[in-house]
Amino acid sequence: MTFELFIFYFFAAIMVFAATGVITSRNPVHSAMFLVLTFFTCAAIWLLLEAEFLAITLVLVYVGAVMVLFLFVVMMLDVNVEPLREGFVKYLPVGLLVGVIMLVEMVFLITQKYFRADQYPIPERVGADELSNTETLGRLLYDNYLFQFEIAAIILLVAIVAAISLTMRRRPNTKYQAPAEQVGASKEGRLRVVQMPSEERS
Amino acid sequence: MDGLILTFFTLLKILAVVVPLILCVAYLTLMERKVIGYMHVRIGPNRVGFKGLGQPFADVFKLLLKEVIVPTNASRFLFLTAPILSLAPAFAAWAVIPFAEGWQVADVNAGLLYVLAMTSLGVYGVIIAGWASNSKYAFLGAMRSAAQIVAYEIAMGFALIGVLMMAGSLNLGDIVRAQSGGIFNWYFFPLLPLAIVYFISGVAETNRAPFDVAEGESEIVAGFHVDYSGMAFALFFLAEYANMILIAALAAIMFLGGWLSPIDGFGDGVHWFLIKTASLLFIFIWLRATFPRYRYDQIMRLGWKVFIPVTIVWIAVVAFAIYFEVGPWFSTVRSGGI
Amino acid sequence: MTGQISKYIKSFTLWELLKGMSLTGRYFMSSSITIQYPEEKTPQSNRFRGLHALRRYANGEERCIACKLCEAVCPALAITIDSDQREDGTRRTTRYDIDLFKCIFCGFCEEACPVDSIVETRIFEYHFENRGEQIMTKDKLLAIGDKYETQIAADRAADSAFR
Repeated sequence: MTFELFIFYFFAAIMVFAATGVITSRNPVHSAMFLVLTFFTCAAIWLLLEAEFLAITLVLVYVGAVMVLFLFVVMMLDVNVEPLREGFVKYLPVGLLVGVIMLVEMVFLITQKYFRADQYPIPERVGADELSNTETLGRLLYDNYLFQFEIAAIILLVAIVAAISLTMRRRPNTKYQAPAEQVGASKEGRLRVVQMPSEERS
Repeated sequence: MDGLILTFFTLLKILAVVVPLILCVAYLTLMERKVIGYMHVRIGPNRVGFKGLGQPFADVFKLLLKEVIVPTNASRFLFLTAPILSLAPAFAAWAVIPFAEGWQVADVNAGLLYVLAMTSLGVYGVIIAGWASNSKYAFLGAMRSAAQIVAYEIAMGFALIGVLMMAGSLNLGDIVRAQSGGIFNWYFFPLLPLAIVYFISGVAETNRAPFDVAEGESEIVAGFHVDYSGMAFALFFLAEYANMILIAALAAIMFLGGWLSPIDGFGDGVHWFLIKTASLLFIFIWLRATFPRYRYDQIMRLGWKVFIPVTIVWIAVVAFAIYFEVGPWFSTVRSGGI
Repeated sequence: MTGQISKYIKSFTLWELLKGMSLTGRYFMSSSITIQYPEEKTPQSNRFRGLHALRRYANGEERCIACKLCEAVCPALAITIDSDQREDGTRRTTRYDIDLFKCIFCGFCEEACPVDSIVETRIFEYHFENRGEQIMTKDKLLAIGDKYETQIAADRAADSAFR
């Protein structure tokens, strides 16, 4: 067993353990933390594939941003786990069915010789020698798949606009602050010094 | 055998970065107290050792000897992991920082991304600490800091995209080399708005005054680390200051030309890097001594409604300038000005 | 309109922040006014109101005649006096207690005293180690008076023109 293989199995074992933890732990916050660990080990395995850009982006986006918001929500909601587990027996047959189908599919993929991975040639390493991983990915995204990439970006933008417009409700009688005006308030705008003659003493 | 030697040398390199870093953190706390003292027309700590130089060690030993108390009903494992979770990324990010030409633990191509990823991990320590303490003050502090860090990370990332466009590389060493040629080639000038946004976001990201609502003493006692004591508290302290130094070092690398001397080719070296970082740290402390704490909604407004639009506009400006090869700074970028 | 624009320029150049920082910067440069306490001390007035003392006449007779004016005037009710007749027929205190936890060091007792017996000295560095020690008994007060008589007398003399 080479060193690389050892590292792979090490991280893979942690990943499987963490992924199991996500669905078995009773506390949703612990589940979220297990998910973070899963992402992290996944990034480590990607690093083994020399996909450093993807690995770091996974940590940056999923661990650094998405999971933080996830944890945020999970902690704020104070989810009560018991009612969620009530329907366990009721949905067990459906769940089992889906599980069995997935298992059969996987076994099929692995054992059938037409689908086995060695039937397909190893994808060529696109210029990995002279160009860095990041640059290769950038060329692919912005040269070959520019159109698709832009469409994806626009769909995301639409999603953002939709989400914001769902939550934006301007009620007419609510009072808002105008911080820019508050900050810009000056003595001259508020205060008028008036010169008045003093009263004559009678 | 070669692998062993490599591991040994890497460990030595890591030690050579981490030990001075911890010393810097220790003396940064002293510097902070001294500088704020002088700004208050006081003299700051001066009792331990010569002119108070032993003060950091006195503090450390005091904290070391104190008991670490785990509150009742706290999630024990997470409570004790949280300080480590906040400290580890703060130190790990130093792996790619180039102190001088070739002085770097790991010369990673995606160094900038790596640093961003590591700094974004720091928030876990804070959130977990707040949640695991089982205290509402700690929890409120954690929530505040999580929202704040996520908000300012975006502005920070955008500010660095400008640097990325100018340098055409994610490698921190290459970014510095792209700024060579005297003080006017540093990115501070063409990217002035981004540099300012980056620095202010950095202050917000490290939960430093005036953005320290996460530990707003007057409202939520001490925020996420109310329930921590002894060494566990010291680790949070260490992480906060290590993050400060990291932000200052990154600002020095991205915008002030890292180890380059202001006059082209005149005594480049690690001393310039240290001088720049130290000056930026001084500004950190100066800010703390000057400004009162921001209100929470103002922090959010500044992050989302001011910084992000400003950075986006300036990124567009830089993009156009690079495309049309404008001016003294952008004309050399496309042809690879390195 | 121009006001709006200048406001924008002002906020984007961080003008007010720079102004604030220049202020703290100036104070950073100015020399500090700290008095390093045990080694250096601030000058004291001769009217300083510190720890109390009971004085004696030059012949060694205690001044206090147990008139209880100080007890009556004390706004914090810190003074407790019991009086009795001494063998020689004079009226004297048998007990003169000042509870320093109650005392607010207003100096009224000193003002009220017709014989300049109870005075406040310049002593302000003292401490108690056990509960009960904060009660200054007659003996303790007289002892303080004996010890610092020269200082007390000098302070009274310096202030006599204003009384």
